[in-house]
Amino acid sequence: MARQRIISTSINGNPVEVLAAPRQTLLEVLRENLDLIGTKEGCSNGNCGACTVILDGRPVDSCLVLAVEVEGSEVETIEGLASTDGLHVIQDAFLGQAALQCGICTPGFIMSTKALLDENSSPSEGEIRFHLAGNLCRCTGYDKIVRAVEQAAAGEMN
Amino acid sequence: MASVEERQFHIEPFPGGTPGNQRLVEEGRLPDYDVVGTRPIRHDGTDKVTGRARYGADIKLSGLLQGFVLRSPHAHARIISIDTSKAAEVPGVHAVCTNADMPSATHRAGDLGEGVVDWYHLNQNVLASDKVLYTGHAVAAVAADSVHIAEEAAMLIEVEYEVLPPVLDVRQARTAEAVVLNDDVRTDRQPVGEKGDEPTNVAKHFHYQKGDVDAGFAAAEVVIEREFTTETVHQGYIEPHTATAYWSPDGKITVWTSTQGSFMIRMQVAELLAVPISKVKVVPMEIGGGFGGKIAVYLQPVAAVLSRLSGRPVKLNMDRSNVFDATGPTPGSYMKVKIGVDAKGMITAGEAELLFEAGAFPGSPINPGCMCIFACYNVPNGRIDGYDICVNKPRSNAYRAPGSTHVALATETIVDEICEKLGMCPVEFRMKNAAKEGDERVDGVTYPPIGMWETMKAVELSDHWQSPLEGPHRGRGIASGFWFNFGGNSVVAATVNEDGTVSLIEGSTDIGGTRASVAMQLAEILGIAAEDVTPTVVDTESIGYTDVTGGSRTCHATGLAAIKAAEDIQDQLCQRAAILWDVEADGVEYSDGQIQAVNGSEPRTISFAEISGKLNQTGGPVVGRGSVNADKHGGAFATHIADVEVDPDTGKVQVLRYTAIQDVGTAIHPSYVEGQMQGGVAQGIGWALNEEYHYGDDGRLHNASFLDYRIPTCYDLPDIETIIVEVPNPGHPFGVRGVGEVPIVPPPAAIANAIYHATGVRLRSLPMSPPKVMHELLSNDE
Repeated sequence: MARQRIISTSINGNPVEVLAAPRQTLLEVLRENLDLIGTKEGCSNGNCGACTVILDGRPVDSCLVLAVEVEGSEVETIEGLASTDGLHVIQDAFLGQAALQCGICTPGFIMSTKALLDENSSPSEGEIRFHLAGNLCRCTGYDKIVRAVEQAAAGEMN
Repeated sequence: MASVEERQFHIEPFPGGTPGNQRLVEEGRLPDYDVVGTRPIRHDGTDKVTGRARYGADIKLSGLLQGFVLRSPHAHARIISIDTSKAAEVPGVHAVCTNADMPSATHRAGDLGEGVVDWYHLNQNVLASDKVLYTGHAVAAVAADSVHIAEEAAMLIEVEYEVLPPVLDVRQARTAEAVVLNDDVRTDRQPVGEKGDEPTNVAKHFHYQKGDVDAGFAAAEVVIEREFTTETVHQGYIEPHTATAYWSPDGKITVWTSTQGSFMIRMQVAELLAVPISKVKVVPMEIGGGFGGKIAVYLQPVAAVLSRLSGRPVKLNMDRSNVFDATGPTPGSYMKVKIGVDAKGMITAGEAELLFEAGAFPGSPINPGCMCIFACYNVPNGRIDGYDICVNKPRSNAYRAPGSTHVALATETIVDEICEKLGMCPVEFRMKNAAKEGDERVDGVTYPPIGMWETMKAVELSDHWQSPLEGPHRGRGIASGFWFNFGGNSVVAATVNEDGTVSLIEGSTDIGGTRASVAMQLAEILGIAAEDVTPTVVDTESIGYTDVTGGSRTCHATGLAAIKAAEDIQDQLCQRAAILWDVEADGVEYSDGQIQAVNGSEPRTISFAEISGKLNQTGGPVVGRGSVNADKHGGAFATHIADVEVDPDTGKVQVLRYTAIQDVGTAIHPSYVEGQMQGGVAQGIGWALNEEYHYGDDGRLHNASFLDYRIPTCYDLPDIETIIVEVPNPGHPFGVRGVGEVPIVPPPAAIANAIYHATGVRLRSLPMSPPKVMHELLSNDE
């Protein structure tokens, strides 16, 4: 196996140095090397969005990014959203709208929603559905997820 | 009760929901509860939105090894030999196992709650030793320091196969010429209980008959007989299967896994590894979806064997292609169905022949399919024959109302055709023929109070049905569906805390909000807030035996256990109050969240919160127990309305508007009831329009990924409107029926009917994907 190397990056605003093999994905390194298990694995080939994180402001499937690629970047994961003051407005909205059932896709949806609202604070329903189409949910039928994103957008505007 | 025709109904928003979430209300019959019917934040919610909830793959243990399972590249082959010696020599490998490392199994039946399994077949499904029966069938496994080492070592395992021709189609598989998959399978004829003599792929034949079918068809004005096919589909849960096991030197096996039933995993692991159940402890992790597909074991016994061989805990995870190749699916089918109706529009007879894929080993949901096919209607004369047929696909599993979605496609599209022939409104037809309390199904079951008619009333009153649909290539369809629901065994223990709260523990794994709905039922009885109950799902050594979270049973049966536990607490608190007040216990009563002295003693009251702080002085902590074997679950009926637009150039079907109407008995937490209805609809739309397993002639699955097995995204679907109908189930104090399964049943038929009304073309084959729709449109033009 190829030699491991040290990757210097920022995760949720904290500088992180991690030893990882070149073949390891960002998803694997987050979960296995850094114990950030909030980022979920659903397919490992970029089709389901459960492992969505925000990389330098853009939502990405962390299973499609090699860990060595995030050298010098800024990574945001679900663990960085809530603060000591409480939940993030998107997390509150997902709870309030009952926008989850089993919850395995929820961290990915929340990160995709954050990326959307960071860019567009008052998306239409069509824009929400288009933007979140890379995140699969098998439980909810998406209706309550869309309602939650609408609530979060309204909350962010207030 | 007044006759249904005299009862008055209206539709209104269900409090706390969005405008698309409504309910049917019968005048003068609105339920009156404090907690039931409200929408508290679910107790496990914060963990799930912060990423702290721990699912199957999230377990970490010291010394943990990672494993990899080697799988068959062939759909059908005899295993000549397996040589694992090279894999065992790879540095970092700690154990390699095959079926030979498991105890040998014998042919005996085991009940997994949502289906019966033969232990020998399950042993062979977990790790094959004789034959591989589908691509992805597990043959060996490796445990190593990392999953990458395990995978590379597994590639060095040499398996010699004698490749056999695959059998993929049920009609082909039941012919005398077909290659037989399992030479131990004989046709089991039910309900008579006779076994055939010859090896065959036809594992079971169910036969039901009621009345005089020939006379029924002779009395009919319109008789329609049609053939239908559906393809193999997968449950599509987002969390892949995963299991971690540690086999301690003292012989104790601990399994951490995501499952619908931890006690069912305990039973299967114990049985397959030939140890007593007391030697197996199953710790249920959070479960990332199941829909019936996470009941049978796959990885759990293999991880345990690897742990025994290595002396270390071992984790096994499937990747997504493993999940599609080797787990799930629900059967593809062939169905021939005939319905006769007299000139007044009353059904006179029904007949059905149903062929379901069992997959590699017997066990398709053919029997529920037989029992559901005419279940929505009062059918005076009926004959149903159903066959469970082995083919070279993964061993089939339950999938949300297993069997019912298939048969609803047949019945409900034939009903639509009959209505058109008779010039009768499909709502009127269904109201006239709707099954009611006291009607007998073809399989001999007599209905308790049910809500099929009420779902039609809700259709009639709905904004959706009353709003005209305009525009070219657009059509509206409706369809109904049935599911039995289930009761079964559940246990709840509830401890009163000194601060006036209750800690509730249960054995039901929480797949979609049942911690909340179970806790709410306990809170309602005790007169406390839902937030004052802390529900926890515990392992198999911390609570009594509890059946799977499946069959739409948890809110009903585990809810009943919670109610019993609450009543037990009430009794004990009354005794404590009697001690405090120095009165006889029978002079004390619990009502409205407080305890009162009655029967002539001086009037005194103490609140639940107050007495909770005085337990240690009056005899010690109070623990309420609830243990049930519930059997009065009541059936669930749903009727859906679908508007579609069909693109005449591509055959693509877009769902424009969708309303799901369902009798839920009583909605405990309406948000999660609506969520079940909406989620079932989304799965049903995927099944209707898009989802299917694509097999090559060599039996290899060609679309084992979410890219190629495309489930609906939020961009594909409209808002899904809901109308909750509440016809209380007399078998539950609050009237709860099951909720989760029936909403997947009507969508394919409702959409097929809508496509017909949009285009004049009837589709009788799922999925109604663009090429198939285009083919039918073009054939219709010729």
